This record gives sequence, structure tokens and C-alpha cells, in this order.
Amino acid sequence: MLNTGSTSAEQGPPLWLLAELTYRCPLQCPYCSNPLEFANHKSELSTAQWTDVFTQARALGAAQLGFSGGEPLVREDLPELIGAARELGFYTNLITSGMGLTEAKIEAFREAGLDHIQISFQASDAEINNMLAGSRKAFEQKLAMARAVKAAGYPMVLNFVTHRHNIDQIDRIIELCVALEADFVELATCQYYGWAHLNRAGLLPTKAQLDHAEQVTNAWREKLAEQGNPCKLILVTPDYYEERPKGCMNGWGNIFLTITPDGTALPCHSARQLPVSFPSVTEHSLSHIWYDSFGFNRFRGYDWMSEPCRSCDEKEKDFGGCRCQAYLLTGDATQADPVCSKSPHHHKILQARAEAEQPQPGIEELTFRNERTSRIICKA
Amino acid sequence: MNPVVRDNTPVLRPGFRLQWEPVQNSHVLLYPEGMVKLNESAAEVLLLVDGKRPVADIIDTLCERFPNVPGLDEDVLAFIEVAHAQHWLHIR
Repeated sequence: MLNTGSTSAEQGPPLWLLAELTYRCPLQCPYCSNPLEFANHKSELSTAQWTDVFTQARALGAAQLGFSGGEPLVREDLPELIGAARELGFYTNLITSGMGLTEAKIEAFREAGLDHIQISFQASDAEINNMLAGSRKAFEQKLAMARAVKAAGYPMVLNFVTHRHNIDQIDRIIELCVALEADFVELATCQYYGWAHLNRAGLLPTKAQLDHAEQVTNAWREKLAEQGNPCKLILVTPDYYEERPKGCMNGWGNIFLTITPDGTALPCHSARQLPVSFPSVTEHSLSHIWYDSFGFNRFRGYDWMSEPCRSCDEKEKDFGGCRCQAYLLTGDATQADPVCSKSPHHHKILQARAEAEQPQPGIEELTFRNERTSRIICKA
Repeated sequence: MNPVVRDNTPVLRPGFRLQWEPVQNSHVLLYPEGMVKLNESAAEVLLLVDGKRPVADIIDTLCERFPNVPGLDEDVLAFIEVAHAQHWLHIR
């Protein structure tokens, strides 16, 4: 493999491909990971262009493929895309809200070779779920589809995004997932990028809420283990309560490759907000993009780092944390992730924690992710 | 969890797939949003897990293939127990 990038001499291949097929979505979750200005990016790759992306990514070595969005179900060519990817040897994951899913589609996807379906929920009871998703029918539809996914023989991951308004229900959330026979349950607290960053004060749980969620989850893990139940609980806590940053994406441009609806290639799904120019699959080969492009090499290795990261003996473990978070909180993407207690900007994290202890706006006051608010934000 | 015995028949858990990846030059086990790179001996065992062969058959096949490996039967049994504990496979 031709490999001419100066800092990528030993760079391995991309192993994960996230295909954000569209930014269109029937829901309006206020913690959506899509960019705030998604309304400005209307164009979508064609079926043939996506198939070409899959072919190139597979040749580079990618083995896991996530169909995401927006809501990927709004792409009418989804069965065709699944079929093409599966034929190439990808393990195909459909990451969906379940809105627009039907038993007929579940069967069509299985015939096309889909390996797995992940359904996201907003909370364990209908009221909060619907308020957050901005849809009254959402919860019943999700429950019905979760049952249909299992009945069709798929492995199932249920994803609950948790935050201060629903994390105290974690016992009921887990109970529901076990009853639905989920194989994996992701209890993922919001990561504060995009819309979740905009709404952070109204989403970030308190330390006490997190501790409670951790205790409940651990008690369930013991119970499931005793029963020999293979259901695996994955609790993702917000890094705002850590003293060291996460090794974000296992390193910049290291194993993850995201392609946005219009073909822009990103090292992670939030990187679009960085002041870095990213290449497009409509102009360059994936091999060039992965190994040689400026954007993918921008934060590889350690040369880009400033202090305290540059001389830190933990830099090979956490890579200085998350570039998007550094940029969002300090305005400079080369800074240490402020989650790190060594960062001169760590007080911003401490402020957010203090803020979480204060009363915060209710769910109805959050800024919901939809075209109208996106356009207003773009203009501002 | 009960220990795995030679009469048991292991089968990969639904949604789990064993696959050769040329770029990684190894077999991998793929599952929802995850991937485990397997070493050669783990791959040799899992390649024989088909839901029909009992553990005893898997051991016999590998002993024929690798006659000079001491303690191979115990290693195979131990690996299948680990794979079972990881919920990579079900035991019948």
C-alpha cells in the first residue's frame, strides 16, 4: 500500500467505517451528534457513490460498517446498500431510532445480509421518551420494533442516551432491556458535542446521579451473571467527571473513518466542527484520504501537541484527549482536553460540574434538533 | 456457569461471525459493533465450531492435525471455556 504521509509511516488501516447516510431524521433529540449546521449540508451521496466508498474502505481493511445518520431508514436504497456491504464482507450494523422500521423492512434487511440492528431509546417510560424525541408515537413504535428485531433472530443492541432527566430511571431502563432480551445495552451518557454541547447545562447529570447509576448497573451485572444471562451492560460515563481525558477514538485517524452524507471524510463524527479542512470522497480516493490527507494527519502522532501534553508521560495512553472537546472549550484544538486536571483550562470542566449541582431548565426548554433551529443557529 | 465437557457441542452465538481478514493477516471474530483479532490456535478451534461437532471431535481433529503438541486437549477445552464465558459461543 502506497503510504506517503510524513507522520503516517506506520499508520494502520481503518477498521471501522461509519456511513452517515443522511442528516434527515423524524426525531429532534436535543443531544444529537450531527453538526449544528446540518441544515446547510443537504446533498447526499448516491447509491453508486456509497457502494464505491464501501468497496474502497473494505480494500483498505475496514471490517465493521455502521449505517447511521440522521435516520438511515429514510434512505430508500438502504437494502441495496446493506446488500453491497455484506457482499464485500463487512459486518453490517444498522444504527436506528426505529422510527419508520417495519417487520417487512426487518425481513428485507435480513435477506440483504444485515448482521445487527441497534435501536436507540430516549428513556424507559413513554412520557420522557416522547418529549425528548419530539414524537408522541415514538416509544410504542420502538418497543414493537425491538420485539420484532429479536423475533427475526438478529442480535440486538439497545442504546439509551442518558442525562440528568432520565438517568435516575436507570433501574427501569435496564429492566426493560433485559425483558426485551437485548444482547448488549449501551447506557451512554451524552457526550457534549454538537447539540448536546449547546444543551449541556440541561443535560449534564450530577455526580450523585452518576454514582447512583453506577451502583445500579453493577448490581444488575451481578444479577445477570448469576443467572448466566449473556446480556452485557455497557455504562459510558461523561468524561466531565474524570481527571484524565479519554483516549478519544483510539487516537486521531487511527482506526475510525466517518463519511458524512455529502461525502466529507472525518476521523470522528464530531470533527466537522473543527477549523480543519477535511477531504471529500467525491474528490479523492479513500486511500489518499486516510493515509495522505492533511485533515487525517493533522493530529496523528505527538508533534502537534503543546504543553502540558507534549512532555506528559500519559500522552501515549490518551493522545491528549479529544480534539473536538479541546476546541469547543478553549477555542484551540491543539490544547490538552480540559478534562485533564493538568490542563490550564480544567476550571471550565469544574464550572460545568458546579453548574450541574444547580437547578437547570426542564426538558421542554432545551433546544431541539430540527431544521428550523439549525437554520437559526447557522445565521447567528 | 457449568464447566464445558467433551460431550458438549459448541455453536457460535447468533450474530457472531468468524472471518479471515487479509489486511490484518488473521482471523477475526465479528459481532455487533465489535471485533476480536484471534491468534492462530484460537482460530483453529473456532473454525471447527459448527454446531455439529462435539468438543471431543474438535480435540481429535486438532490432535490429528498437530500430533506433536503436548496437552493440546486441555488447551482446547480451556479455550472453549473462555469463549463460552465471553458469550462468544453457546453450548448444547
